[in-house]
Amino acid sequence: MSLLEVKNLQVHYGGIEALKGISFEVNEGEIVTLIGANGAGKSTTLRSICGLVQKSGGEIVYQGKPITNLATQKTVEQGIVLVPEGRRVFPNLTVLENLKIGAYLRKDDAGIQEDIKHVYGFFPRLEERHWQMAGTLSGGEQQMLAVGRALMARPKLIMMDEPSLGLAPLVVRDIFSIITRINSEGVTVLLIEQNANAALRIAHRGYVLETGNIAMSNTGHALLNDDRVRQAYLGKSEK
Amino acid sequence: MALFWQNVANGLTVGSLYALVAIGYTMVYGILRLINFAHGDIFMMAMYFAFFAISIFYIPWYIAIILVLVATMLLGMLIEKTAYAPIRNAPRISLLISSIGVSYLLENLATVLFTGVPRQFPSIGSLQNSLVIGGVTIQQLAIYTPVVMLILVALLLTLINKTKTGMAMRAVSKDFETAKLMGVNINRTISSTFAIGSMLAAVGAIMWGQKYPQIQPYIGVMPGLKCFIAAVIGGIGNIKGAVVGGLLLGMLEIMIVYAQPGLSGYKDAFAFVALILVLLIRPTGLFGEKVTDKV
Ligand SMILES: Nc1ncnc2c1ncn2[C@@H]1O[C@H](COP(=O)(O)OP(=O)(O)OP(=O)(O)O)[C@@H](O)[C@H]1O
Ligand SMILES: [Mg+2]
Repeated sequence: MSLLEVKNLQVHYGGIEALKGISFEVNEGEIVTLIGANGAGKSTTLRSICGLVQKSGGEIVYQGKPITNLATQKTVEQGIVLVPEGRRVFPNLTVLENLKIGAYLRKDDAGIQEDIKHVYGFFPRLEERHWQMAGTLSGGEQQMLAVGRALMARPKLIMMDEPSLGLAPLVVRDIFSIITRINSEGVTVLLIEQNANAALRIAHRGYVLETGNIAMSNTGHALLNDDRVRQAYLGKSEK
Repeated sequence: MALFWQNVANGLTVGSLYALVAIGYTMVYGILRLINFAHGDIFMMAMYFAFFAISIFYIPWYIAIILVLVATMLLGMLIEKTAYAPIRNAPRISLLISSIGVSYLLENLATVLFTGVPRQFPSIGSLQNSLVIGGVTIQQLAIYTPVVMLILVALLLTLINKTKTGMAMRAVSKDFETAKLMGVNINRTISSTFAIGSMLAAVGAIMWGQKYPQIQPYIGVMPGLKCFIAAVIGGIGNIKGAVVGGLLLGMLEIMIVYAQPGLSGYKDAFAFVALILVLLIRPTGLFGEKVTDKV
């Protein structure tokens, strides 16, 4: 069943057409990845879905209902969360507070406590540092915190904008294995990655975005073996 | 010696009043990076509200105080909604100019509505009565003002550091967009900031009226400027800084005149000299963080 459907979405920034009418869907329980070059419109797509960007056309349907013009707060209420590009943890809040504010709309204190433990399970480093101001965490720790914070909302759909950016290779591997774990716990994932190789490996399906258009879509596996994708995004020569 | 302690008490009173008003500047700056030039005029309006409630409508002072606090809170929220919210994403300078506009609007509105004739501020309870401690005669106000100020500051700091609303305020002050992504209602958070700042200004205004019981439409200008300076001295954006800055400035003004009575004519200039010195020596103020542009 399709959880999220984006139909002919268009976004303009002033005179620039960032999204020229893209359509794609994300089914419940899937990991879907959007890959594309810098400036292709990946972040814009995610930001439009959660109401941070004014759309100039098209429709976004979530759980069968249109959410095209919903305010960000409402999309969060419906279980859509975004791990924004560039971490964006609150530097003046402690690690623990950053996690708690991720659960801002929730009222179930017991559940929140449980989820904090759950996140600490994913990222033990965060537990060690729970009292520290998030602004003083290392870049990688901040990225872990940004992912953990998003999980605190108990999302149905988690959208991640380059969660592995700037992380050491070992931590990148951790992040990808955590994404699969989150997904196996029933959260649908929409993932953007520069690391297209790793993203396609864990994704059920993928879309290739080229300057505001969907150029290709297929299963993760098929895209991984597609010559054009290999050349353009995986930095590999033809087989 | 009695005179010395009288002056200390006096400095403490004035300083606490400055602190109460300075917090409003600092909170609004913290969340919007806006120096709200209308804050001094919100203070002035609060004085008129109190004057009308008590002296014209004969509402008992303990009820009147509550009405004044609520009315001033609403005024602050109304100003934010009408003059600042619509241009929130415009460059900071537009907000600043808008606040100067609101300031003129309130001053002139007050002149039209209440006339420029100075009015006598009503006395509240026994605040203006004197009391003698160890041979020193001081106004009761000198005890109540610092105590009330400290209690309110303690409550405010608890709100900001220990509650969910406070956490949202701190988050919004750093990053609107990400706060939205957490489900925080930015509009409501900013509104509460104005409500709290305005309410504290109203408390300051009522007590100010006990000390300097004359009101006219421009009464808020000088205290407004000085409290803004107090906030800058403390490090604008920092609440404890505003309190310390206010107390320091109040003390400084009173004690310099006490030590050098000849300088009393220049009393209002000390604040500006202090401001220049602080900006030269430590531009971020006593407790200020490094000023970074908002993302
Ligand atoms: N706020 C904005 N104002 C104007 N133009 C913008 C804005 N945000 C994005 N753009 C433009 O829209 C296009 C798409 O940007 P977007 O951030 O979606 O790209 P992206 O695919 O996420 O790229 P990257 O991989 O570098 O993060 C780019 O050309 C960008 O310059
Ligand atoms: Mg991007």
